[in-house]
Amino acid sequence: MKAVHLLAAKPWIWSWLAAAVVWTATVAVTGGAGAFGLTQAALTFAAFSVIVGTGQMFVITLGPGNIDLSVPATMTLAGTVALKLMNVDNGMIAPGLVVALAIGIAVGVGNYGLIKLLRIPPIIATLAMSFIVQSAAIWTNRGLRIKPPSLLAEFTTSSTFAIPNMAIVALLVAVIAWVLLEKSLYGRWILAIGQSMAAARMAGIPVDGTRFATYVLCAVLAALCGYLLACFSGGAALNMGAEYLLMSIAVVVIGGTSVAGGDSNVPGIWGASLFLFLVVSMLNTYGLGAGFRLIMTGLIIIGVIVVASGRRARQP
Amino acid sequence: MTHKTAPAHPIIEVEDARISFGAVRALDGVSLAIMPGECVGLVGHNGAGKSTIVNVINGGLTPDTGRVASNGGALERYGINVARAHGVRCVFQELSLCPNLTVAENVRIMHRNLGGAGWRGRARRIIGESLDRIFPDHGIDGDETVGTLSIAERQMVEIAMAFSDAGTPPRLVILDEPTSSLDASLARQMLTHVRRFVEAGGAVIFISHILHEILATADRIIVMKDGRIVAERPAGGFDANSLFEAMGSVAKGAAARRQNRDLAAAPIVLRQTGSGLPFTAREGEIVGLAGLSGHGQTEMLLKLHALRSGNWRPRRDPAVAFVAGDRRLNGIFELWSILKNLSVASLGDLTRHGLVDEKAEEARAESWKARIEIRTQSMANPVLSLSGGNQQKVLFARALSTRAPVVLMDDPMRGVDVGTKQEVYRIIRSEAEAGRTFVWYSTEMEEVCLCDRVYVFREGAIVAELDGDEVSEKNILAASFQGAAA
Repeated sequence: MKAVHLLAAKPWIWSWLAAAVVWTATVAVTGGAGAFGLTQAALTFAAFSVIVGTGQMFVITLGPGNIDLSVPATMTLAGTVALKLMNVDNGMIAPGLVVALAIGIAVGVGNYGLIKLLRIPPIIATLAMSFIVQSAAIWTNRGLRIKPPSLLAEFTTSSTFAIPNMAIVALLVAVIAWVLLEKSLYGRWILAIGQSMAAARMAGIPVDGTRFATYVLCAVLAALCGYLLACFSGGAALNMGAEYLLMSIAVVVIGGTSVAGGDSNVPGIWGASLFLFLVVSMLNTYGLGAGFRLIMTGLIIIGVIVVASGRRARQP
Repeated sequence: MTHKTAPAHPIIEVEDARISFGAVRALDGVSLAIMPGECVGLVGHNGAGKSTIVNVINGGLTPDTGRVASNGGALERYGINVARAHGVRCVFQELSLCPNLTVAENVRIMHRNLGGAGWRGRARRIIGESLDRIFPDHGIDGDETVGTLSIAERQMVEIAMAFSDAGTPPRLVILDEPTSSLDASLARQMLTHVRRFVEAGGAVIFISHILHEILATADRIIVMKDGRIVAERPAGGFDANSLFEAMGSVAKGAAARRQNRDLAAAPIVLRQTGSGLPFTAREGEIVGLAGLSGHGQTEMLLKLHALRSGNWRPRRDPAVAFVAGDRRLNGIFELWSILKNLSVASLGDLTRHGLVDEKAEEARAESWKARIEIRTQSMANPVLSLSGGNQQKVLFARALSTRAPVVLMDDPMRGVDVGTKQEVYRIIRSEAEAGRTFVWYSTEMEEVCLCDRVYVFREGAIVAELDGDEVSEKNILAASFQGAAA
């Protein structure tokens, strides 16, 4: 009984419950057939949301107004440039990854530079940055569709011990993020800044350094996700990041992280990512039309947020 | 409660009120009656239940048992709006104005029936008249945004608002630590107004840790301890010592001025030039910042802090630590436990390979809990479960537990009880002996007089420096006012 109580107090439990309910509802239709396939697909596609969502979570933790809208453009640019550089050559996999991550660092530096030097609110600074980055992606890509190196394509689409490799990578990212957030000095700092920037400053926390590192971390994770997604889907496309803008924010919110900042959790990102993928598959399984499916997706997301936030309001 | 058969009914009468928050007994059977034309002083340590009984009277809390009556008749469904309709007004310890609205707009929120066309003009007039009456020469305009006012000015607006009349005249005004952010001259103006208000038939409940204010202003004094009333007498029946004793703390007399120490040989650790005299502080020195409130002392502290703390990279050896006075604004992390609030400034010392050593963190918190007597069962409790004074103690422990050789204090004793103050004074003194430097802005004269050297501020600049025996109330007041003429 006590364990149930403890679990119910965790803000991430709701996203996991929702994911479990939707999974069951989907599998029930098929009478159990395809349960394995569905789980595998969910783990794979959720992995990408987890990677970008984790970065977005760190940024949102910094407090009201902090958000990174340049995530999709960063994914696209990192994906296209890396594929172009690797040029289907297996020997270039490592340099490609390095270049992708370097792009992430550059975007992060640019984002915080705009925020700090020009005193632009993050929502506008990162949006402006995303136009620049997206234009750069269009310029380098020019409609080319280059295939990923065969080893990388193989790695991203296969499984180890029946667990998709992408899920393993995302799990690794999540574990590192959890340690950073819960156990490290850096985690304490961002949680403090998210609650009160003034108090954090007076407590001797290097506020600018911490925020800077966080924006860079978010962009680097987006770049990593773009690199992996481009390889997974057999080539980079200019719109490949588009759906991850809303996705990265939605998984953070549904996962039980406070939009007001200073209160975040990592497990919720996984629960929410699985949930979002499973909702779409469930509605597909029920054979609903595209328009109706989108409406249902929206309503279900709102429902989960209401349930999760209602729980928080009741807490003292 | 056997009162002489009074000719008038009490404005508010509370009978046998009991309230518990979980395991904590906040009120344990409190009965009191407030008559028209009296000022009741309410004293007690932090957590004695003063704020709780105030919240019962203003309708914010419903007692678990007991009843509230007004004008001789029991009130059903007593709440904030009923209380307001009976003329009960409250000035809170935590300032409660909306910082993004103007003074007049805040008045509109407080006085519900002020609506209709032209409310702005009416609100401006009401607050202006009230401010003029209480604080002549206040210099506050009704169209100013509250966020741009100093903390003293906000307090003035809040006090003026409570005494203002827009339809329902105030009959009982509750003042919870009203003078804590006012300087001596403003506090005097307010206390004079309290007497005027009471003489005209109003009633006031006055809570303050500054005992001579209570003794001079109140007609009757109620002493609370552990959620109960432990003494109740006319103000003439108490003096400072007997009041201390009733509150349960040992009378220590006026805090003795520290002995003059020759610090001329000690190295200078802080130096700052600005408008006015240059500022220096030596190792092991306690430097006071005095003057009327809001004359640049806080700005000075913020500047000293900003120039000596890394905003981009953490400093290996922290140079300064800061104790906030406005703990809501730049002190407390509201979502965190007491433990995390205490350790946040010294985490650098508790970290190995970037990870926080939680065992060491807990050990340090426990030792400070014992040292500074933070009243809680567990340091893992949320920081907001503490009373205001205990929150302030956490902020002290936060700063003192760092290795910083300089501690900056921004009027940190607001709302701290007498016993704790003495304890903190003692810690400050022993830390200074050990070589730590303190820069201490205080609005309380007694504290300023504990300093080795004092800078007096006037209009953002240092206008006088008092050393050793020159540090006295008379000299400080002279310097704070003299500057204006110069």
